[in-house]
Amino acid sequence: MIKKKHILDWLNKSAEVLEEKKSYLTKLDTAIGDADHGNNMNRGFKKVLEQLPTNEKKDIGAILKGVAMSLISTVGGASGPLYGTMFLQAGNSVSGKEELTAEDLKKMLQAGVDGIVMRGKAKIGDKTMIDALEPAVKAYSSAVSAGDELTTALQKAVDAAEKGVEDTIPLIARKGRASYLGERSKGHQDPGATSSYYLLKALRDSVQ
Amino acid sequence: MKKLINNPDNVLKEQLQGMQAAHGDLINVHFDPAYITRKDPTPKGKVALVSGGGSGHEPMHGGFVGKGMLDAACPGEIFTSPTPDQMYEAAKAVDSGAGVLNIVKNYTGDVMNFEMAADMARGEGIKVQNIIVDDDVAVKDSLYTAGRRGVGTTVLIEKICGGAAEDGYDLKKLSALCKKLNQNGRSMGMALTSCITPGNATPSFEIGDDEIELGIGIHGEPGIKRSKMMEADEIVEFMMDQILNDPAYTRILKEWDFDKDDWVEAEVTDQPFKKGDQVIAFVNSMGGTPVSELYGVYRKVQEICEKQGIKIVRNLVGPYITALEMQGCSITLLKADNESVKYWDAPALTPGIRVKM
Repeated sequence: MIKKKHILDWLNKSAEVLEEKKSYLTKLDTAIGDADHGNNMNRGFKKVLEQLPTNEKKDIGAILKGVAMSLISTVGGASGPLYGTMFLQAGNSVSGKEELTAEDLKKMLQAGVDGIVMRGKAKIGDKTMIDALEPAVKAYSSAVSAGDELTTALQKAVDAAEKGVEDTIPLIARKGRASYLGERSKGHQDPGATSSYYLLKALRDSVQ
Repeated sequence: MKKLINNPDNVLKEQLQGMQAAHGDLINVHFDPAYITRKDPTPKGKVALVSGGGSGHEPMHGGFVGKGMLDAACPGEIFTSPTPDQMYEAAKAVDSGAGVLNIVKNYTGDVMNFEMAADMARGEGIKVQNIIVDDDVAVKDSLYTAGRRGVGTTVLIEKICGGAAEDGYDLKKLSALCKKLNQNGRSMGMALTSCITPGNATPSFEIGDDEIELGIGIHGEPGIKRSKMMEADEIVEFMMDQILNDPAYTRILKEWDFDKDDWVEAEVTDQPFKKGDQVIAFVNSMGGTPVSELYGVYRKVQEICEKQGIKIVRNLVGPYITALEMQGCSITLLKADNESVKYWDAPALTPGIRVKM
C-alpha cells in the first residue's frame, strides 16, 4: 500500500535527483534542444517543495494537483505543460484517496501518461518522455496483473523506463525543438525521457 | 564568456525592473507572475493584442508593448516559454470586453502554454483566440517535425495587427488579418556564432571559428546546413533563394472555433512569392551583428528583389528579434497589400518601435 508519506517522500526525492542531475539534463538538452531542461525542472520541483506544506494535509489527488499547478506556473517550455498535465491527470484519477493500492497506482500512472499524450500528441519512437513513460506504465501494469508485489512491479517499471531512455539514443526526434535537427538528432539521449526516468526511479525509492 | 549581468538567477527580474525604470511612461511591468502591459488601459471596445515567449529576444516582445502595437507581453525565462498563469493574468488585465488575440510563435512550449492559458481565460468569460506564426522556411517538413518556427514575421505582425486593432478591428477580423499576414510572411536566419544563456557555462550549440549555420532558429536551433564561412553576398543569395523559392507550404494549424466552442485544426497552405509582388523587407540582427553589417545585407536583399521583379515598399533594418549575443541575421519578406501597408504606417509608441503619432 502506498501511503501519503510515500507520495511526499517521492516528491522530495524527485526534487533531490533533479537538483543533482540539473547540469546533466541541461547538457543532454544542449545537444538536441535549447539547453534549459535541467534548469527548468530544478526550478519547477523547488517550487513544488516550497508549496508542498500548503497541500500536504490534503488527499493524494489534491497533493498531485498542487504539484501540477506548481510545475505549470514555473517550468515553462514544453516540459511545464507536459509534466503539469501529467500530474493534473494523475491527481484527478486518485481524487480523495488517502492511500493507493497497486491497482490505484496503475490507474494513476496511466492517467498521467494519457495526459501527456493528450497535450503533446507524441507517440512511442518520437524521441520524447513518452519513450520512457509508456513502456514503464505497460511493464508496471502487466506486473501488477501477474500478481507481482508493488515494489517488484515498480522495479520493472523503472527497468523499462531505463531501457526506453537508452532506446531514444538512435531515434530521430519527431516532436519539440529537437525535431528541427532531423538526422542530426540521432546518437543523442532524449532529456525529457531521462527526467521521466528519474521521476519513476524516485517513486520506486520512496515506496521501498 | 563575459556577460554584463549580476547573479544569473536574477537576470530576468533585473531586466524587467530596468524596463520599468526606463519606459515607465509607456508600460507597466508586473511581477509574480511577470507580464508587461501598456501604461494606459486598453480602450473600451478595442481587441487586446497579447504576445509572449522566452526572453533573450529583446526588444521582442516586451519592447513592442504600447499604443499601436501590443497591449501586453509575457516574458518567459531566457529562451523558455512563459507559463500559462502569466498569459492568463495578462489577458485579464488587458481585456476591455472585446476579447484577446494571442500571437503565438510556433514553438512547442509556447503553443502548449498559450493553449492552457486561453482555456483558463475562457473559463473567466474572456473571448480568446490564439493565432500561430510559423514563417521560418528553414524547416521544410511539417509532418515529422514541430513545423516551421515563428520568427521575423512576428515583429511585422505585431506592428500591423496593432495598428488594425487601434482602428477598431473586432476579434474575428483581426484574427483573419493575423492569419493572412502569417501566410504571406517568410523568413530565414543564419548564425556566425553561438550564444550562451546566463548561468550556463557552455554555448547553446557548438560552431567552429570558420563555420556558419544556415537556417538557424532564434535560440540556435539548427537549420538547413552547416557551411564554411562565406562572403555576405553569397550568404544572402542562399537565404533569399530559400525565401523566394521555397514551394507552397501546407500544415495543420490549431485555432479556437467560437461556434463549436472547441479547438479545431485546419489545413493551411501558403504560396511562394511571385514576380510583381510588393513586400515589406525586414533585415534583423541576431543581437551580436552590428547594424552596419545589416545594411550590407539589405543592399543585397534589395538587389535580388529587384532582379526577381519584387518591389520592396517598406523596410525595417535593425535588431528586433534577437538571440542574446549571437552574431548573425535573419531576413523576412512579407507580401504587402493596401491593408498591411496602411497599418504598417499607422502610429505606434512603444519602447522598441516608434512611428510618428
